[in-house]
Amino acid sequence: MRKPDISLLWVFLIVLAMGLVPIVTNDITLRETIFVMLMYIALASSLNILLGYTGYVSFGHIVFYGIGGYVTIALIEYYGLNVIPAIIIAGLFSALVAYSLGQAILKLRGAYFAIATIGVNEAIKALVENLEPIGGAEGIYLHIGVYSAYGGPKSAIWLSYYLMLIVTLAVIVVSWYVKKSKFGLGLLAIREDEDAAISLGVNTRSYKSLAYALSAFFPGMVGGIFFFKNGNIEPHVAFDLIKSIEMIFMVMLGGFGTVAGPFVGAIVYERIRGFLLVSELFKNLHMAVSGVILLLIVLFTPRGIIGYLAERISKLRRYLE
Amino acid sequence: MIDIWIDSVISGILLGLVYGLAAIGLSLIFGVMRVINLSHGAFIALGMFTAYFLFIFGLNPYFGIPVIFALGLLLGAITYFVALHRIIDAPELSTLLSTFSVSLFIIGVGTFAWTTIPYAIDLRLGSITIGNVTILGTKIATGIISIILTALLYIFLYRTKLGKAVRAVSMNRTAAELMGINTTRILALSFGIGVALAMTAGALIATIFPFTILSGGVYELKSFVICVLGGLGNPLGALIGGLVLGIIENVATMQISTGLVPFIEFAILVAVLLIRPRGLLGGEV
Repeated sequence: MRKPDISLLWVFLIVLAMGLVPIVTNDITLRETIFVMLMYIALASSLNILLGYTGYVSFGHIVFYGIGGYVTIALIEYYGLNVIPAIIIAGLFSALVAYSLGQAILKLRGAYFAIATIGVNEAIKALVENLEPIGGAEGIYLHIGVYSAYGGPKSAIWLSYYLMLIVTLAVIVVSWYVKKSKFGLGLLAIREDEDAAISLGVNTRSYKSLAYALSAFFPGMVGGIFFFKNGNIEPHVAFDLIKSIEMIFMVMLGGFGTVAGPFVGAIVYERIRGFLLVSELFKNLHMAVSGVILLLIVLFTPRGIIGYLAERISKLRRYLE
Repeated sequence: MIDIWIDSVISGILLGLVYGLAAIGLSLIFGVMRVINLSHGAFIALGMFTAYFLFIFGLNPYFGIPVIFALGLLLGAITYFVALHRIIDAPELSTLLSTFSVSLFIIGVGTFAWTTIPYAIDLRLGSITIGNVTILGTKIATGIISIILTALLYIFLYRTKLGKAVRAVSMNRTAAELMGINTTRILALSFGIGVALAMTAGALIATIFPFTILSGGVYELKSFVICVLGGLGNPLGALIGGLVLGIIENVATMQISTGLVPFIEFAILVAVLLIRPRGLLGGEV
């Protein structure tokens, strides 16, 4: 098997196994933990398509999660749509926004692009906060009757869980497929040297826009599922810049540009975060500790856990790429 | 009606000068070392709190500016050696993330120490009234101090040997190194000055508006917009960008709700980035 195929296999199987545990044991606390983990894995893997493969740092990637959430909630609350078509439309809408945005802002390179993405997120947040038809600063609340179509709130939460599991598995497969495809090679070429990629005939503009759209599609769906389960959506929760940073953190922690990296990063981050939040000493310092960890990663192991392991233990290398 | 306009424009100009000061710091750092300093906002907030504690201990924040500036130089230089020196030639992602982690650290510790409840410096300098237009003394003082600091920076960069070295490094680091300039020291100094300007601007803003440890973020984003607007990394450009933003902000809030101001600011940011993507932040210092 080729290297990415092996990574896909074990990552896919672990996620699937992990996802099935709460279903089999019917453990609700565990379900909530795994739900968050799956969400992190899906978000980190989506960002990895842009950040890891293409080398473009999107600091405001959470904007697509917010847009997806708003589209889903609005479709369900105002148009009575079922959640499944709603999240698909939400994902497509996010991807469409990303594609058209990408046509413009992906002309910018490096730091300029990063700043522009922060700008886009903040601009959309301010706009949504002031759009009264979609709830303004208060956001939208789903009325409780909405859940009766799914057999009550309880089974609606289970449904959200299944959907999150399916979307997460889909992200992992897509992330692997992109990496081994010709499209993915084009993206890697852009990451290494964009000018060289152009001169070798890579249509960088459409490649970048497609990568951006793809990396926005899944966060759109994830946002939809999350806010459907949550029951309400507010602008400052939907477009929270901190969540963007968490996504970057997870990708860097695990190792950018690999299939397994975002998965490992998401799991480890969720554990670190859980530990810091309950520990007496670090409870109030978890941001500061995250900062120190991020700095140490950037300074000493820029290729993350996966990169570090692959470098140190050559036998593991073929399982990790 | 005309009085309100005059009032807004004057307020805008005075605030714009302070915004410009913070933006000059960002612009200088980018110009010299090609680093987007994502910890700028955290340092602005740190400046606010430094001013607050000086005020509590009985020192007028305006007279405390030299202290705050010196502290900023020191913290900036330390940050450079801890977080940036190792990766100064690495791809942009590294420096973006490392300055961001510095910001997480400062804000994390700050939240721990001071929580996120608002603080305010209760400083009264009276006000000046001309006709129906009243301007607060604190706003005038911050405006004047900002101009003085900008002028001093200009003199430093264009009239002193060290300043010329800073400009040389910003033009071509390798060539500057070959001419016998200790570039490491210049980079640390530039980052120090940038941070010092951020902290000073924070201290000045703190005398006008209430603040929390998270307030820096708003001004950091404003600094981005200003750098993009004013462009070209020279002190004057950022100052003019600051003025434009200050005026837009104050005049716009007369017509539309305050909540939409960020939307306009960032729409401008993205639009300017797209229309003039080159030579906006960079250029000669």
